Amino acid sequence: MSAILTVFRREMGAYFATPLAYIFIIVFLVLAGVLTFFMGAFLERDQADLIAFFQFHPWLYVVLIPAIAMRLWAEEVQNGTMELLLTLPITPFQAVFGKFLAAWVFTGIALTLTFPIWLTVNYLGDPDNGTILAGYIGSWFMAGGYLAIGSFVSALTRNQVIAFVLGVAFCFIVTMAGSPVILGLLTGWVGDNAISFIASLSFITHFNDLMKGVIDLRDVIYFTSLIIAFLFANTVAVERARGA
Amino acid sequence: MIEIDHLTKDFGTFRAVDSLSFSVEKGEVLGFLGPNGAGKSTSMKMITGYLSPTSGTARILGCDVRKDPISVKNAIGYLPEGAPAWPDMTPVSFLKFIAQIRKISGVETDKAIAEVVDKTNLGNVLHQPIQTLSKGFKRRVGLAQALLHDPEVLIMDEPTDGLDPNQKKDVRDLIQSMSADKAIIVSTHILEEVEVICSRAMIIDTGRIVADGRPEELEAQSERHNAVRLTVAPEQQENAQKLLEGSEVVQSVELIGETGLRALSVDRKPILDPVLACLGKANLKTLEVQVERGRLDDVFRNLTKSDIHHFDNREAQ
Repeated sequence: MSAILTVFRREMGAYFATPLAYIFIIVFLVLAGVLTFFMGAFLERDQADLIAFFQFHPWLYVVLIPAIAMRLWAEEVQNGTMELLLTLPITPFQAVFGKFLAAWVFTGIALTLTFPIWLTVNYLGDPDNGTILAGYIGSWFMAGGYLAIGSFVSALTRNQVIAFVLGVAFCFIVTMAGSPVILGLLTGWVGDNAISFIASLSFITHFNDLMKGVIDLRDVIYFTSLIIAFLFANTVAVERARGA
Repeated sequence: MIEIDHLTKDFGTFRAVDSLSFSVEKGEVLGFLGPNGAGKSTSMKMITGYLSPTSGTARILGCDVRKDPISVKNAIGYLPEGAPAWPDMTPVSFLKFIAQIRKISGVETDKAIAEVVDKTNLGNVLHQPIQTLSKGFKRRVGLAQALLHDPEVLIMDEPTDGLDPNQKKDVRDLIQSMSADKAIIVSTHILEEVEVICSRAMIIDTGRIVADGRPEELEAQSERHNAVRLTVAPEQQENAQKLLEGSEVVQSVELIGETGLRALSVDRKPILDPVLACLGKANLKTLEVQVERGRLDDVFRNLTKSDIHHFDNREAQ
């Protein structure tokens, strides 16, 4: 555990030692605001909730999370620090988990900084703050899912641009898994059971409930197990880079 | 302390390291020599637990790197090739991170850092981001990292590569000062370095050991071992050459400049006395005489022809 925390602290330090953290947070906040007010018609809806805010999070994350995740492993390989990290007395999983945790907490910080929108909706109306909290928790878990995918993809390549592009593609697919576009493509190729299984993997399906304030254990378990699965895949990818 | 047991690594169909076996004891400094691509770095990466061996293993203080990598990594201080470090950290934050990962207690950390900073002369750059440091300082940060937990086994991949002569000397002195109570492996392709710091030299080529011994022993394999270098008056150079070529202990004679000659010994035996006697008989005056020890360069070139083989293959195709 202490090894994970040590890696976590180093990574956290690395975010704020470069402009990366500040640029990411600013872009995230601006985009979230623009989408909420213009695309989501937050004010015109005249509803005391944050659906207009949360509904764009999957799309925001599809683009922005791979931008954070792309460096996680590709950069270590590029810097040569991969060799240093993996010859220190820690296991590859401790390194994978520590790095993931730092990125996840970092997106949590960015998400928390959207609190003015919560103040706004409380000033304008009388929203159900429990629902909003559920939305925030759901959004954070979803971000974790995207991050775990992005971190895994980053371990597959030493090139950060490739890691980004592949990350966006992967994240897009899991987001759209339940949509007619993807399902239509697959109909006729795979059985109905497979179709409903793929549809059930969609991030949007699981996030929609959470966003509306329904903390269904199944949705939380879904994101948690997805994170764990991809972190294990990530560990395997790191091991593979060592020729294991 | 270091025990390498039939260590082998394949990259696809290419065998980078081929059943390497040797051991290094406390107090030994092993110089790992070989042309680029001979398998030096790959071997070190396997010993330190970064790359997994295809077969065979390495044991450090009795711990098998395949079965107990964490104990092995605890026991080793490792300077990877190019001394990588996170560019955004400062040396002090970097060393603190290493101390935490290596579970050095809070009280000990400051002491350990102060000690390696002193040894590697990092005092002036402790708070500058590593990416702004010169190559020499980066290398020293990497060394400090490897020495922080005072490891019993030290493995360094080209520790002096890219340093200026003063820095090279500092690093060599540092390695020598630590050699008594550690087992050290240093890879290099600077041959004079081996003569200075290593108690044992190993030349590897295409993943195999082609020579292993004290640097003097390897030098003795050079064709110049026990050769006699002479200086005579310019008008006598030709005369001396003829006389020496006639001697049965001399294999061949090379001319050096206007006045110098080098007589290579048959079978590398000592030939100083017969050479001087031979010239003395003809009343030929020698101005300067020197017996050569031999050069590691020659041995190295004779033993490591892998580059040339590759080249031949390519031409044949």
